[in-house]
Amino acid sequence: MTTLDGLPTAERRSLGARLLSANTFWIALVLLALIVVFSAIAPESFLTFFNFQQLFIETAVLLVIAVGMTFVIITGGIDLSVGSVLIFAGMISAKTMEWMSPGQDASNAGWGVITAGLVVAIAGGSLWGLINGLLVARANIPPLIVTLGTLGAALGVASLLNDGTNVRTVPLELRDSLGFGTLEGNIPNLVVVAVVITVIFGLVLHTTRFGRYTFAIGSNPEAARRAGIGVTRHLTNVYLLTGFLAGIAGFMSLAYFQSTTISGHTTDNLNAIAGVVMGGTSLFGGIGTILGTVIGVFIPAVLQKGFNIIGVQPYWQMIAVGAVLVAAVWFDQQRRRSQNKR
Amino acid sequence: MSSDPILEIKGLNKSFGPVHVLHDVDFTVRAGEVTALVGDNGAGKSTLVKCIAGIYGHDSGTVTFQGNEVHIRGPKDAAQLGIEVVYQDLALADNLDIVQNMFLGRERGSRWMLDEAAMEKAARETLASLSVRTVKSVRTPVASLSGGQRQTVAIAKAVLWNSKVVLLDEPTAALGVAQTRQVLDLVRRLAEQGLGVVLISHNMADVFEVADRIATLYLGRMVAQVPTKEVTNTQVVELITAGRSGELGLARPDTVTI
Ligand SMILES: Nc1ncnc2c1ncn2[C@@H]1O[C@H](COP(=O)(O)OP(=O)(O)O)[C@@H](O)[C@H]1O
Ligand SMILES: [Mg+2]
Repeated sequence: MTTLDGLPTAERRSLGARLLSANTFWIALVLLALIVVFSAIAPESFLTFFNFQQLFIETAVLLVIAVGMTFVIITGGIDLSVGSVLIFAGMISAKTMEWMSPGQDASNAGWGVITAGLVVAIAGGSLWGLINGLLVARANIPPLIVTLGTLGAALGVASLLNDGTNVRTVPLELRDSLGFGTLEGNIPNLVVVAVVITVIFGLVLHTTRFGRYTFAIGSNPEAARRAGIGVTRHLTNVYLLTGFLAGIAGFMSLAYFQSTTISGHTTDNLNAIAGVVMGGTSLFGGIGTILGTVIGVFIPAVLQKGFNIIGVQPYWQMIAVGAVLVAAVWFDQQRRRSQNKR
Repeated sequence: MSSDPILEIKGLNKSFGPVHVLHDVDFTVRAGEVTALVGDNGAGKSTLVKCIAGIYGHDSGTVTFQGNEVHIRGPKDAAQLGIEVVYQDLALADNLDIVQNMFLGRERGSRWMLDEAAMEKAARETLASLSVRTVKSVRTPVASLSGGQRQTVAIAKAVLWNSKVVLLDEPTAALGVAQTRQVLDLVRRLAEQGLGVVLISHNMADVFEVADRIATLYLGRMVAQVPTKEVTNTQVVELITAGRSGELGLARPDTVTI
């Protein structure tokens, strides 16, 4: 065994080694392989700028949710409510913008109204996140149950707000800027927002004290408590963060679809969880990366696009994603077992 | 060797609901000495340690630290005083590496950008100062360490801070012979560095080897706290199992009410 003194002073192997040992590395290879295969089969249609632009746009909203989900799953929790919270945030935001507009028609609303809509979306999402957090961390109710409850409740309240129908007038200014606008003419604004959020919260997870405590709590809450970490408060904040991001995602979805899409996000929660878990984040807590989540979120999207282009029935995508997901969890379990044997 | 008490507990009582676990416990820790805390299973050793560490509150009693009465309301208070605990269970976060564990709750750098390089350096220096040479890399997740290595990390974590008192709850219980050796050497070294060390152990050979004083808990009562030189192995075993041994311990065992 090497002695400690024999180590090189700057131990920079850490990141590379951690990556290699994590599922993230392998799942990145899977993603790369998928892209290579589809590109080889259909170079003219798959490997196009337009195709990838579409891929990024369609993944942007889910990515924002999945970033929040990564934090929750690293604490050893789960949040099933994100899709409903997204709809709630979009609904209350759209309603607010209509209420503030003459004749309840927000189509021609200006930036003042749109900003109000954004604030309300974020506040609405955060509120549900806070409710989840308080119930999980303070009342000690299992997160699966808490968020199953708020999944129904948030969707119910969202539906009540507009008698179960979608809000149809969304500011055109919002559609043209955040929804369909582009940076430099080819990078969609929706994607820019998603990337910025992903980078910010990637840094939060991997370089800050908040991130470190998130890992510590997921790894061993009692050890975290004994180290003086306010576990209850931190857990509450993590669920709050997930709700906050679902609020932003709701606003993004509103801008893109120009509708509150009440029935359009029922599987967002599962898609986000699948992406996070495929990306190497452990359902047992304590392990995960934002980079992995990005890769994990793209796998289903690439499969769908690819199958679509090469003419395979889309149902195969569900089967393939299911298989990759189960394989990812299996790997995770094997890793834990080999660890525990020591 | 008789230094001043650095930590003094007087008349400590602790109940969990109807269960009265600690009865009027007096306990003294001296700087530069190893005080062994012994007692049968369930005697209240871990509970006493957790009360000192601020994990549990206590019902009555005083804690004097370096001559001043202190009120420890949580792990942070204890840490601030320089009281560190190496727990019997659940001490480390498995998925975090050695550096992350050693600094958990007291990371260096700003809140937004932890100073990994500084922490890594300090961790490596602390391990080296304790002559720990069995850990391959300080970036190894503790889950992949052996029991002895884990315990070493837990102890190193405790002394990384300007600690003055280190309490170790059965640090060798799960270890093999060679690993126990390592940990005991480490315990002795801590005392030589001037710390007040409390060692909970069931192994009489270990206790007699490293401890300067032996404190015995019997059914939640402190029945004796004596210099190791003045007692024999047999006497300590009697104190542990019966609460008294000749002149030592409880005056009349039948007055004990449980
Ligand atoms: N959290 C707790 N709640 C209730 N009873 C406890 C708790 N912790 C310890 N006890 C009880 O206190 C007594 C002393 O336990 P402990 O301090 O762990 O003993 P030791 O470490 O000496 O073996 C035991 O009877 C135990 O059942
Ligand atoms: Mg114990």
